[in-house]
Amino acid sequence: MRATALMAVNVFRESVRDKVLYNLVLFAVLLIAASYLIGQLTAGQDIKIIKDLGLAATSVFGLFIAVFIGIGLVSKEVERRSIYGLLAKPIQRHQIVLGKYVGLVGTLAVNLAIMAAALYFVLGYMRWLVSPGALQALDAPLLDPALLKAIALIFVELSMVTALALFFSTFSTPILSATLTFGLFVAGHFSADLRNFDQVVDSPIAVQFARGLYWVLPNLAPFDVKAQVVHGQHVSAGYMALTIAYGVVYITALLVAAMLVFSRRDFK
Amino acid sequence: MRTSELAQNVVAVVAIVLLMGAGVELQRIRDRRYPVKAIEDDALYLTSPAAARRLTLSYHALAADLYWIRALQYFGGTRRMLDAGQPVDDDRRQYAQLYPLLDLTTSLDPRFNLAYRFGAIFLAEPAPAGPGRTDLAIALLEKGLADRPEHWEYMQDIGFVHYWWRHDYRAAAEWFRRASETPGAPMWMKSLAATTLVQGGDRQSSRRMWLAIRDSAEIEWFRRDAERRLVQLQALDDIDALQAIVDRVTAQSGARVTDWTPVVRATGWRGLPVDPSGTQYEIDGAGRVRLSKSSPLWPLPDEPQRIGSAQSPP
Repeated sequence: MRATALMAVNVFRESVRDKVLYNLVLFAVLLIAASYLIGQLTAGQDIKIIKDLGLAATSVFGLFIAVFIGIGLVSKEVERRSIYGLLAKPIQRHQIVLGKYVGLVGTLAVNLAIMAAALYFVLGYMRWLVSPGALQALDAPLLDPALLKAIALIFVELSMVTALALFFSTFSTPILSATLTFGLFVAGHFSADLRNFDQVVDSPIAVQFARGLYWVLPNLAPFDVKAQVVHGQHVSAGYMALTIAYGVVYITALLVAAMLVFSRRDFK
Repeated sequence: MRTSELAQNVVAVVAIVLLMGAGVELQRIRDRRYPVKAIEDDALYLTSPAAARRLTLSYHALAADLYWIRALQYFGGTRRMLDAGQPVDDDRRQYAQLYPLLDLTTSLDPRFNLAYRFGAIFLAEPAPAGPGRTDLAIALLEKGLADRPEHWEYMQDIGFVHYWWRHDYRAAAEWFRRASETPGAPMWMKSLAATTLVQGGDRQSSRRMWLAIRDSAEIEWFRRDAERRLVQLQALDDIDALQAIVDRVTAQSGARVTDWTPVVRATGWRGLPVDPSGTQYEIDGAGRVRLSKSSPLWPLPDEPQRIGSAQSPP
C-alpha cells in the first residue's frame, strides 16, 4: 500500500515538473477572456455560454492530460530504461500500475478542482455584470451547485479514459496507445448507435455483434450531463450513483487487465 | 546574474520588441497598399443537425453556442450591410442562412430557450430588417414547444407572430388561450386571448399587449423590443394626427400638399414634425404623411385591424 502511495505521489510530482498545471493558467485566461468577449457577441446568453464553455474546457483539458500523460505512464519508463531500477526495488508490478494510475487520477482531480473553482469565480464575477432581470430569466441559478454533478461525471469519465490509456501503454507504443484511446473515446460517445443497430440492419448476427460491442466498449455518453445541468434539469442521485458505479467497475476491470499484461511482460 | 548575461538578455528583449514592431508596421503597409477583402462568411458547411450532433461528440451545447453566435452575426451583419446600402446577393438579402443556423443551434441544444424566442423575432421581421418568414418563425417555436410542451412563452410568441405579422387573430387568440391555460402564464394572457378573439387587433389593444410584455419582460432585449413597438404605435398615432392637418390644409388651399412648407405656413409651426426617434416625417407625392426610410422606426408594421375589417391572413 505504501509503495503504491509513493508511486502515486511521484507521478503527481512528475506531472507538476512536466508543467501540466500550466494548462490551468490557460483555462483561467480562456474563461476570463470569454466572459468579456461573449458579452459583446451574444444577446443575453453570456451565463449559459460561460457555463457551457467552462464545462467543455474542463472536459477537453482533462482529456488531453488523461491521454497524453496516461499513454506515457509505463512506456516512458521502458523507453528511459528506468523500469529496471523500479523493478529492482521491493515493489510489485501491480503496485507500479496501480500507483501510476492513482497518481495521474490525483493530478486530474487537482486540475478539475481548480478549474471548477475558476469557473465558479468567473460566474461569481458575472453576477456583478448582469441585471437582476437577466438573472431571473436564467434556466438555472448563476452559482448552481449542480454544476458539480457534471464535473463529478467528467472526472469519472476521464478516470476511465486514463485507465484505457494506461492499459494500452502497458503493451503498446505511445502513438498507437493515443490512437486507440482517442478511438475508444469517440466510439464511447456513439454507443446508442450500437445499441439500436437493429433499426438499420436486418442481419441478426450483425445486430448481436453490435449489441456485444455495446456492452463491452466503454459507454461514455451517459457521463455527459453538461447540457442538462446548464439548463437546470434535475440529474437524480440514482442516475449519478449508477453511472459512477459503472465507471468504477469498468476502471477496475481495465486496471486488472493492465496489471495482468504488465506482470507478464518481459523487459529483457 | 552577471553583467554580460544581463546585457545579452536586454539586447535580446529589445531585438524581439523591435522585430515585432517591424512586423506590425510591415503588415500595416501591406494592408494599406493591398486592402484586405471582406470575407463572405455565409457558407454553411454543415447543414444536417443529425451530422452536427455526431461530429460534436459530447460538446453539443458548446457547438450550439457557436452556431448561435454565428446566427446573431449573420443577422446583424446582413442588416448592417443593407442599412449601409452595400451590395449583397439575393441569398443574403433574404437572410437565407438564418433559419438553417437557428435550426442547427436548436438541434444541438434543444433547450436553448432564447435561440427559439429571438430567432422567431428575427425570422418574422419583414424586409429589409429581416426575412419576413413568419412560417419559419412559427416552425422554430413549434420545434421548441415539441421539446418543452409546458413552455407558455413559446405559445405566447406564436400568438404574437399571428397577431402582429400575419393578422390572423383567430389563430393568435387560440395560441394565447393555450398559453393562458399553461401553469405559470401571467393573468393578462387570458384577457388578451379573449380580447383578440372578440375584436381582433386595434391600436389600443396592441398597445396594451406591448405594455404588458414590456412590464413583465425578464430579459432586457425583449423589454427594449416591446418599447420599440410602443414607439412605432406612437408614430402611427402621430401620422394619423398629421394626416388630418395635411388634409385640412389641402382642403383649404385646394392644391395637393406634397411637402411641409404650406402646412408650416398654415399652422404657424416653428419646426418640422419629427417622429419619436427625432427623424422628420415625410409627405409623399399623393399627399400622404409617412415615416422616413432613414428613421430607426422604419418599417412600421401594418396597421392591426379589428375583426370586422380584417383581411384574410397571408
